[in-house]
Amino acid sequence: MFGLRRVKTLAATSALAVGLMAGAAQAADTIKVGILHSLSGTMAISETTLKDVMLMLIDDQNKKGGLLGKQLEAVVVDPASNWPLFAEKARELIEVNGTSVVFGCWTSVSRKSVLPVFEELNSMLFYPVQYEGEESSRNVFYTGAAPNQQAIPAVDYLMKTEKVERWVLAGTDYVYPRTTNKILESYLKAKGVPASDIMINYTPFGHADWQTIVADIKKFGSAGKKTAVVSTINGDANVPFYKELGNQGIKAEDIPVVAFSVGEEELAGIDTGPLVGHLAAWNYFMSIDTPENDAFITKWHAFIGNEDRVTNDPMEAHYIGFKMWVQAVQQAGTTDVDAVRQAMYGQTVPNLTGGTAVMNTNHHLSKPVVIGEIQDDGQLQTVWSTDGVVVGDAWSDFIPESAKLTADWTYPWVCGGCETPKF
Amino acid sequence: MIARILALMIALCCGLPALAADSADLPGLIEQLPTRDYAAMEQTVNAIAATGDPRAVRPLQALSDGDLYYRKSDDKVVIAKKADTGLDLFEPLTGELLENVGKRDARRIGINNNMRRALRGALGSLTLLSPDRDVRAAAAQALFKSPDPGAVEALGQAIGAEKDEAVRTAMEEAQAASILLSDAADAVKIAAIRSLSERGGRDAMSLLKALPESTPAPVLAAATEGIDAIEAELALWATAQNIYYGISLGSVLLMAAIGLAITFGVMGVINMAHGEMVMLGAYTTYVVQEVIRQHAPGMFEFSLAIAVPLAFLVSGSIGVLIERTVIRYLYGRALETLLATWGVSLIIQQLVRTIFGPTNKEVGNPDFMSGAMEIGAMTLTYNRIWIIVFALVVLAMLMLVLKRTPLGLQMRAVTQNRRMAGAMGIRTDRVDALTFGLGSGIAGMAGVALSQIDNVSPNLGQSYIIDSFMVVVFGGVGNLWGTLVGAFSLGIANKFLEPYAGAVLGKILVLVAIILFIQWRPRGLFALKGRAVES
Repeated sequence: MFGLRRVKTLAATSALAVGLMAGAAQAADTIKVGILHSLSGTMAISETTLKDVMLMLIDDQNKKGGLLGKQLEAVVVDPASNWPLFAEKARELIEVNGTSVVFGCWTSVSRKSVLPVFEELNSMLFYPVQYEGEESSRNVFYTGAAPNQQAIPAVDYLMKTEKVERWVLAGTDYVYPRTTNKILESYLKAKGVPASDIMINYTPFGHADWQTIVADIKKFGSAGKKTAVVSTINGDANVPFYKELGNQGIKAEDIPVVAFSVGEEELAGIDTGPLVGHLAAWNYFMSIDTPENDAFITKWHAFIGNEDRVTNDPMEAHYIGFKMWVQAVQQAGTTDVDAVRQAMYGQTVPNLTGGTAVMNTNHHLSKPVVIGEIQDDGQLQTVWSTDGVVVGDAWSDFIPESAKLTADWTYPWVCGGCETPKF
Repeated sequence: MIARILALMIALCCGLPALAADSADLPGLIEQLPTRDYAAMEQTVNAIAATGDPRAVRPLQALSDGDLYYRKSDDKVVIAKKADTGLDLFEPLTGELLENVGKRDARRIGINNNMRRALRGALGSLTLLSPDRDVRAAAAQALFKSPDPGAVEALGQAIGAEKDEAVRTAMEEAQAASILLSDAADAVKIAAIRSLSERGGRDAMSLLKALPESTPAPVLAAATEGIDAIEAELALWATAQNIYYGISLGSVLLMAAIGLAITFGVMGVINMAHGEMVMLGAYTTYVVQEVIRQHAPGMFEFSLAIAVPLAFLVSGSIGVLIERTVIRYLYGRALETLLATWGVSLIIQQLVRTIFGPTNKEVGNPDFMSGAMEIGAMTLTYNRIWIIVFALVVLAMLMLVLKRTPLGLQMRAVTQNRRMAGAMGIRTDRVDALTFGLGSGIAGMAGVALSQIDNVSPNLGQSYIIDSFMVVVFGGVGNLWGTLVGAFSLGIANKFLEPYAGAVLGKILVLVAIILFIQWRPRGLFALKGRAVES
């Protein structure tokens, strides 16, 4: 009975969508792609590049003849690192500009801000950044890493290779670091690390005076056990943080810092000489030597007109997400959100780092994990990687309430976080 | 040759390379370095160190610095340095130039943190007997940081040969650290612990705390005693360090607030665009550095000295411009001034965003502002020290200008009694413009200092405007001494709260405390007295 009703609704929505599409097609013969990234404010350091890479991908697709016989048209807005403004701009993109899909957001707080808009208007968002998990929305595809594709492997690496026993979890004070640290804390405790060996510290966005915190880390690190810092510090606060580490002489050999939000782009603004050996965990590094990556970097340099610009993980995530969306639209033969969503499941795109990314029914990707060390040229050099791909897990197994939940948007589950299937 | 390779293989297979290797194997061992298997690479490095051959220092140092490559054509290990075109390759043992190849014809041998630690120890033991005093001191330091029971003997020899007092002490401490990890007799270990607790500091405490629980009771008791002594000493240093951090934060607040102490404190103008004057100063520094980088890279060390007067001129003239075009029509109307200057601040921000782009700009630290010096267990970073000095110098100069120059006299006259000053022949409107320009120019100089510790972005000013007003109001409007005391006491209060309350809550507590304080003393710490106040 339920199945029947679902089919009916589906049919109704697609009929409606086709009608709307016909109307829209007469007005303008382009498919609109929204780009929702901060071009100013504290997150601009990270997000501006993502806008550029989207423009490059769209340009590229148009050169290949567009999509469904139409040209793609990018609609760029600037939410200015202002979280409520993200929701406003998202609504503007969908309702006023009539975008078929939106690529955007970096911080989780901005994603949480736009989420209700996308769900209400049944539109589609591709979110390209590693995040804290604990979410699976029907209207969002998460092309960045879930905690089990970044944070957990990084901690495992430090435990095994560097024999770390004492942990500083330092982050910016908002939802991503707080949730990630919650997961990490229970993971570490499950591994037998006592609470006295874990120090947690939060700082506001754009924090500039790191003297006390870096001194505290030094103090915490002198208890006779190998200590490491797990940093979920976001945005431009990283620049003074790493400067202070360098100035106070915290060497990677003594207290390594592993960061989840620092990539090639963020390092471009710092003298990395004193930081050699500090770590970052991602799914992509610019330094990884594959033909696909070489081609991508060459194309990026040609597009941006500057050989010094770097590529990074969220750029790859947008690359994969955009390719998947294009393939799904081609398969569905329409840009209708519900049809494209169905077509998204199981889409595969070759990773830039080798192997193949697959979109799973929980809206997360299967991707490889790589851990790299910062080099004096600002690049990250791989020191460890997974053998194959890791399936992104929306709900962490290390938070008791979440371990029970399953995200699966296909029959019979059709749910972003349920204990039992709906049907 | 074959015999050598065989010997090498046996040595490596049996996991006993340390003792089996001698200098003759060195070239062969070096050829083994390129591998992705870091455990194997570490064994090779240990084997190289065990040869004790001083020639090994060059390739190991290169590996540690990331300069050791292998040639793609024949896999030969080489030292590579960036040349004008491509890479210059050098023989690893002798350092003689081999050839110049393209950038992609040689590949760097990557290392990880474990390797860096192993290399630090290996280089330390190889350079212990170096003729250069500084190299020996560094070697002792390195061995202290990577203690290794195997190095006890080598350290003993080095100590015997050492003439320099300081280096010998460092070596003895390194030996003590290594003895702790070895299976030496209890009495030897206790002596080592004594030596370590005398040295003090975090590293020594860390070593003592790391003793396993299975250690014999007398040794453990000595260690506990040592730890207590070091902890007591560290607690004292921690207080001193907190005060220093407070002064450092205070100097930043002071820098940001001095300009405001003129425009708001002396003139009474609520200037919301004050932060943007700071930001313009920071951008001036960026432009100066860019010009220097392109035209005279050798002058980089002087970039800040050039930027300071330029920033004063840029922000000062924009300040005069704002005063002439906006503020002079609004004297005496505080609310309208506030709104108008707020608008001006938005215009300046957007202008900078349009010209320089929204992303942060990298402003480099000259060498004299990088790094830190150690006093006891305190780390004082040079950039903060210079900012403290700079803030105090600027404040002193400003006081001189106000108290000892005709312009300063006129400024005080105009602010105290405008009509009387006018009657005495002072062109009050010109003095107004210059005063505002002076305040803005000083804000610009603050921007030069802040560019060294904060991100240079169009939003830079916004993060300081609230703090600046807080300092001026707290210190007492119209009083420069008040600004000084206000800035330092807020800085120190903030830093003492931070370890307990965290950065976020600490700031909130300080803000609440100021609000309560203002209830008690509405005119701030150093209230102006006399008739000028009543008017």
